[in-house]
Amino acid sequence: MADISSNFLGIKSPNPFWLASAPPTDKKYNVLRAFEAGWGGVVWKTLGSQVKNVSSRYSAVDFGGQRVMGFNNIELISDRPLHINLKEIAECVKLFPDRAMIVSLMADNDKKSWHEIIKKVEDTGAHGFELNFGCPHGMTERGMGAAVGQDPEIACMVVEWVMEAATLPVITKLTPNVHSVVPTGRSVVKAGTNALSLINTIQSITGVDLDTLVPNPYVAGKSVFGGYCGPAVKPIALKFLTTIAQDELTKKVPISGIGGISTWKDAVEFMLLGASNVQVCTAAMKHGFRIVEDMCEGLNNWMDEKGFKTLDDFIGKSVDTITHWEDLDINYHHIAKINQDKCIHCGLCYIACEDTSHQSINLEYGKPYNKYTIKEEECVGCNLCMLVCPVDKCITMEEHRVAPEYVNWIEWQKRGLPLNDH
Amino acid sequence: MIQNNRLTPIQYQENFSDIHPPYENITAAKVDANRCLFCYDAPCMKSCPTSIDVPKFIKQIATENIKGSAHTIFTSNIMGAGCSKVCPVEKLCEGACVYNLLEEKPIPIAKLQRYSTEKAMANKWQLFQRKQSIGKKVAIVGAGPAGLSCAHSLSKEGIDVTIYEKESKGGGLMTYGIAAYKVTPQFCEDEVNYILSIGGIEVKYNHELGRTISLAELQTNYDAVYLGLGVGVARQLDIPGEDMDGVVDAISFIYHLRKNGYPSVPVGDKVAVIGMGMTAIDAATQAKRLGAKEVTMLYRRTEDEMPCTKHELDIAMLDSCEIIWLAAPKEVIGINNKVTQLVCSKMQLGEPDASGRRSPIETEETFSLEVDMVIKAAGQVPFEHLITENGITNNKGKIVIDKNCATNIKGVFAGGDAVNGGKEVVDAVQAGKDGAKAIMAYLNIA
Repeated sequence: MADISSNFLGIKSPNPFWLASAPPTDKKYNVLRAFEAGWGGVVWKTLGSQVKNVSSRYSAVDFGGQRVMGFNNIELISDRPLHINLKEIAECVKLFPDRAMIVSLMADNDKKSWHEIIKKVEDTGAHGFELNFGCPHGMTERGMGAAVGQDPEIACMVVEWVMEAATLPVITKLTPNVHSVVPTGRSVVKAGTNALSLINTIQSITGVDLDTLVPNPYVAGKSVFGGYCGPAVKPIALKFLTTIAQDELTKKVPISGIGGISTWKDAVEFMLLGASNVQVCTAAMKHGFRIVEDMCEGLNNWMDEKGFKTLDDFIGKSVDTITHWEDLDINYHHIAKINQDKCIHCGLCYIACEDTSHQSINLEYGKPYNKYTIKEEECVGCNLCMLVCPVDKCITMEEHRVAPEYVNWIEWQKRGLPLNDH
Repeated sequence: MIQNNRLTPIQYQENFSDIHPPYENITAAKVDANRCLFCYDAPCMKSCPTSIDVPKFIKQIATENIKGSAHTIFTSNIMGAGCSKVCPVEKLCEGACVYNLLEEKPIPIAKLQRYSTEKAMANKWQLFQRKQSIGKKVAIVGAGPAGLSCAHSLSKEGIDVTIYEKESKGGGLMTYGIAAYKVTPQFCEDEVNYILSIGGIEVKYNHELGRTISLAELQTNYDAVYLGLGVGVARQLDIPGEDMDGVVDAISFIYHLRKNGYPSVPVGDKVAVIGMGMTAIDAATQAKRLGAKEVTMLYRRTEDEMPCTKHELDIAMLDSCEIIWLAAPKEVIGINNKVTQLVCSKMQLGEPDASGRRSPIETEETFSLEVDMVIKAAGQVPFEHLITENGITNNKGKIVIDKNCATNIKGVFAGGDAVNGGKEVVDAVQAGKDGAKAIMAYLNIA
């Protein structure tokens, strides 16, 4: 059995799965249920400024008959009285001393407010802070949340205030509502943050109601841009994560990965790309806390299969495989192959290639089943057919190198090799 | 003893309720619709005699474009609602579904088709706009699937159609010859009305070719004539005792049941059904559901050669009908002209015959069944006399047509069971479409 226990900035948890700062972590009742279900830790829903919430608050994107492929919310930070939150945090820490308790903060934009709240939270026995520089709605209009995260200088200033007062480890949570997370990341690392977490939600409109003609979520005939999360944002989160994991400065601090993680597989992918642990919200909001069971078991089984004994054995292992386009090997070539024994003759590979790609699949008419084969000389190895094929491993990509030697784009140009030759 | 009124009204209702209940709601339909892979050049579509664009109409259910879905179905098959209930889909669209190749359950195409078409009928969506009348008139004989399909196609193009139907209701065998738990009489009537709602089609009921109207009259009064008159009489067994009381043919039996209501139909205690086609299954299961104590189906070949589908056979077996393979009726024995016994020959299989199936050969052995009713469902024979009398070239009563659906008589076209000797409803619908196209060409209408 692999050891899936996690140590993030000295904060220990029995597994690397934390619940992200969000509605599931806004009170004792939920948090105790989460701990009972087996979650390694929680980031308590953001405390700080005074707010008032609206109704409704959430909306979702469904896809292909599946609910909540993407999810957005217009809820603000915690709207419960601070003293109750603090009391409940202390009680949760006492009841589950082996779990991580991080408290998310977003104070008003002055040093005093930050220092005050830090002091109060430290008294609860919590293990660390996460600074909410990411919330993209409601708080931004007041110059908070994403408004801080989008400006490296302001972010730096706030982190400096925090570091003056905090004795506990500090994680700074980054907003993806920027063209790059690296400038703010660097800035807050310089200011002394102990770790980074990303991504927060992405500004979005999930859709428009075709009867009322008002976008979702609906609030008295209006809506606002909400923070997008859930499985749909995972690829974007992975990209931002990798840029932080590759940057010379930001890679020096641990990263907590967030963004559409629903399964142990998602979690492993985040960790391979540099996250030391992960935070989950939408998947739990859709299915409840019980999903952590399979996350732990799946992670464990995968580690055993691959021979990884601890999380550190694989964290960051894939970071260096993301390279620059001009470093890719142009002599690498692969060609699709259709396994006729597995083919169910649905024609999806054919029509995708024929209409939208390189006309590299041959259709031999049959009634009712056509036969589909690859025109090897036409196939550019784009993967489209394999991606749309509904049968596992029916279409595989077979390596057919153009030449044995590695030649990248720069070298290709230098040698004057042929261009636009397809 | 043969008697009617064997059951209580509630028992009748239960026994003849819908055998395949529809989806409760759109959510349920979408679960299956979303499972559809949306195949290209889809095997299901190729396996449909009317070439319904199945992936398209299913995708339209998934996007909640139910009106569009119904339009897609009806464009190819105006009886798409009825076909969703009576088609032997396991050997057509659903049998070809690619999920079968994964050893997974196929998409329930018929059930999805029923969802959209029933919505269309219930809401009376008029999905087709008839072109203005162009002053051409076509007479159609028979308001069955072929005739209605032909009529709808022609009317759409602005042709004025008159249908002559010998019965008092339209729908043909859909209305009169199919088990009531598949389509109810009310449904059949609604479907006919829905098809006719396009306008431009007048149906003259209780008009029979050769009795109240003549082909010559139709030729004189119309620009073209389409014969979709189906098949009629049940095939005779040609065995001694066949004319005794208690020997009935399946089509009349079902016809009676559909026309006069379940309680009025007399059925025996012990019933033998001869044949193993769809009609035989319908007759056997309905006899059972009318209260017969024992129903035994006899077929002269084996399960491998039977004309009905496995699915149909399962229905009969679930209704506790006994099946005896390799048995052919030899003689009906009775007392006072009332059936008491059916003597059968045991058969064995010989060489393949013209149909490609191994032919049954009589053995020396016989056995007899104690029965009080025999239902003959060994196929139907065409209206040979009527057709020959009118000078129409035929093959043992089946009208011969060329590739343009034309008979030997100029301006007279034909299709459906009258031509093929008896196939599925969906085949007749396609024949009607083909006939309409041929008539349009004949009338020089683009």
